[in-house]
Amino acid sequence: MLVIKNLHASVEDKEILKGINLEVKAGEVHAIMGPNGAGKSTLSSVIAGREDYEVTEGEILLEGEDLTELAPEERAHKGVFLSFQYPIEIPGVSVTNFMKTAINETRKAKGLEEMPANEMLKMIREKSELLEIDRKFLSRSLNEGFSGGEKKRNEIFQMAMLEPKLAILDETDSGLDIDALRIVANGVNKLKSEENAVVVITHYQRLLDYIVPDFVHVLHDGKIVKTGGKELALELEEKGYDWIKNEN
Amino acid sequence: MSKYTEEELKKELETKEYEYGFYTDIESETFPVGLNEDIVRAISKKKNEPEWMTEWRLEAFRAWEQMIEPEWANVHYEKPDFQAISYYSAPKKKDKYESLDEVDPELLETFKKLGISIDEQKKLAGVAVDIVMDSVSVATTFKKTLAEKGIIFCSISEAIQEHPELVRQYIGSVVPQKDNFYAALNSAVFSDGSFCYIPKGVRCPMELSTYFRINQAGTGQFERTLVVADEGSYVSYLEGCTAPSRDENQLHAAVVELIALDNAEIKYSTVQNWFPGNKEGKGGVYNFVTKRGLCEKNAKISWTQVETGSAVTWKYPSCILRGDNSVGEFYSIAVTNNFQQADTGTKMIHLGNNTKSTIISKGISAGRSQNSYRGLVQVSSRAENARNFSQCDSLLMGNNCGAHTFPYIESKNSSAKIEHEATTSKIGEDQVFYCNQRGIPTEKAIALIVNGFSKEVLNKLPMEFAVEAQKLLEISLEGSVG
Repeated sequence: MLVIKNLHASVEDKEILKGINLEVKAGEVHAIMGPNGAGKSTLSSVIAGREDYEVTEGEILLEGEDLTELAPEERAHKGVFLSFQYPIEIPGVSVTNFMKTAINETRKAKGLEEMPANEMLKMIREKSELLEIDRKFLSRSLNEGFSGGEKKRNEIFQMAMLEPKLAILDETDSGLDIDALRIVANGVNKLKSEENAVVVITHYQRLLDYIVPDFVHVLHDGKIVKTGGKELALELEEKGYDWIKNEN
Repeated sequence: MSKYTEEELKKELETKEYEYGFYTDIESETFPVGLNEDIVRAISKKKNEPEWMTEWRLEAFRAWEQMIEPEWANVHYEKPDFQAISYYSAPKKKDKYESLDEVDPELLETFKKLGISIDEQKKLAGVAVDIVMDSVSVATTFKKTLAEKGIIFCSISEAIQEHPELVRQYIGSVVPQKDNFYAALNSAVFSDGSFCYIPKGVRCPMELSTYFRINQAGTGQFERTLVVADEGSYVSYLEGCTAPSRDENQLHAAVVELIALDNAEIKYSTVQNWFPGNKEGKGGVYNFVTKRGLCEKNAKISWTQVETGSAVTWKYPSCILRGDNSVGEFYSIAVTNNFQQADTGTKMIHLGNNTKSTIISKGISAGRSQNSYRGLVQVSSRAENARNFSQCDSLLMGNNCGAHTFPYIESKNSSAKIEHEATTSKIGEDQVFYCNQRGIPTEKAIALIVNGFSKEVLNKLPMEFAVEAQKLLEISLEGSVG
């Protein structure tokens, strides 16, 4: 699904990612952990194609196709989804209208007709039921006045609607209490399948109690310095990131 | 990787060209340039007007001669040479048309280009269209249905002939001839426009709609609109405008008067898309308009406007809340791009007790344009319990445009409650990236964000107009992004 080879990226000439190698297969859940400033959020932004970051070396392959030259929306059309750490407010644009536009633009890029309204409605109904989202919520302005929990649930709802191949969850647990965390994690688990893959980026182990990873990678100073199973996350939690820092 | 920066956004916005820039070649009869009493008399004679109307025009002309063009607005432009303008131009074919078959095919073609085929309009939700092209009405539809209810909807020239008592009673009663420089000019030389009268207690069953269009090179257009809603009546009135590209500046100085008698309600909506000039700031329409409504007891007037065109706009649709419990509303979206300048807003004059006014203004500036909101809320000493709420939001794109807010509040009664809120924001790269990540290209993302920003006002427009307005916003701001 996703193959990252020797990825180097910088912001304003400062190198943040210093040779990342990662392979994520369909049906897998990978967790990327690491201390603040390790480059976790940079990695997610670079995969999604944020323009502030320059890829200086390496490749990002999605199903064998290099993404590095593609615009962010083209990557989205190919099935890359990023759940934002800080979802952006767009006043006056309802969640429904936003999703309708996103889905139809993606269909347009693939040469398909717009999705008929009744089909769209049906999909919205199904997905909001699956994620236990109140329909009233969908008519509100995108992220405007949303609580932390609502913002993250909304991200997962969008993921459900767009049905991506690769979903990157950037610090989805930040700002959530334990109940909200559980709801969001349940949503992700329901959307997981053999056809898609999930990359969870997190600072803390607690999200991984709910979204159980097949692999855990530890990112430090722009490189993956350790890879293991889910027990690695527990070990990290116990020993702290200094353990990694000292080893390197 | 395709990158998206402020710099590029700016460039993209600047490359947008006017979509409706074409010119229709229809034989016209045009007066020699210049303005004097003889020209005013000639216009009046051409239109076969009664003596009182001619005198009324002359009075206005004499007042205008003594007046000086105002300079207080936050706009800069080369003043028009009023002696270099021709004050009358009409398509030569002067007969009224019974059916569309009789209309000049080229004229119909023009309407098609504008996407307002009369045929379609006829069918669409029962809209009666009185089309004004270069000053003379060429087609009026749905007249019969309206006549059955006693509603009069016709050109102002026709009204002067057929209903002189109504015109004489109300014309100039809200905007007097000497009100201001442009209103005086309009009063002297107005060529045509619309007249609407809704009798007592009648609810107009359809949206009344008029399309204006400037067509002759170098011809000023001076429209006059008069809408009278008699006691307890209701009418929703729409006006939309587009104009072909021109190299020299074109002057437009319209006057609109609304009169809502006791318990009456008038909803007046405009979409304005005149040629704003090219990206160097050359050409474009000067739009100096006086719009004002008078509310008697328990009456209500709502102005809704979407302004995307014109090189220079000077326009303040206002309400005089004379009757007790009367209500005035102003909802506005003003978009400026390239070198456009807009100084627009409203005046709410509270004279009666328990009068209420609401102002929602949304300004969107791009390119090197300047967008100003200017509003006056005035409460007289006799007006008890007046209430006003004003909200002015500005959205900026790029670093070379400007948004300005000039709110004036004059309250002479201590029971008045006046609220004013203002915000200024910029379309953020974060917002655009968020949309991009969901598969929405930058061009569409900007349209989405702008529409969201304008939603409160768009929602006030009648359905068929809202769709058109939304399209206009997209054309105005993201034409050739890519």
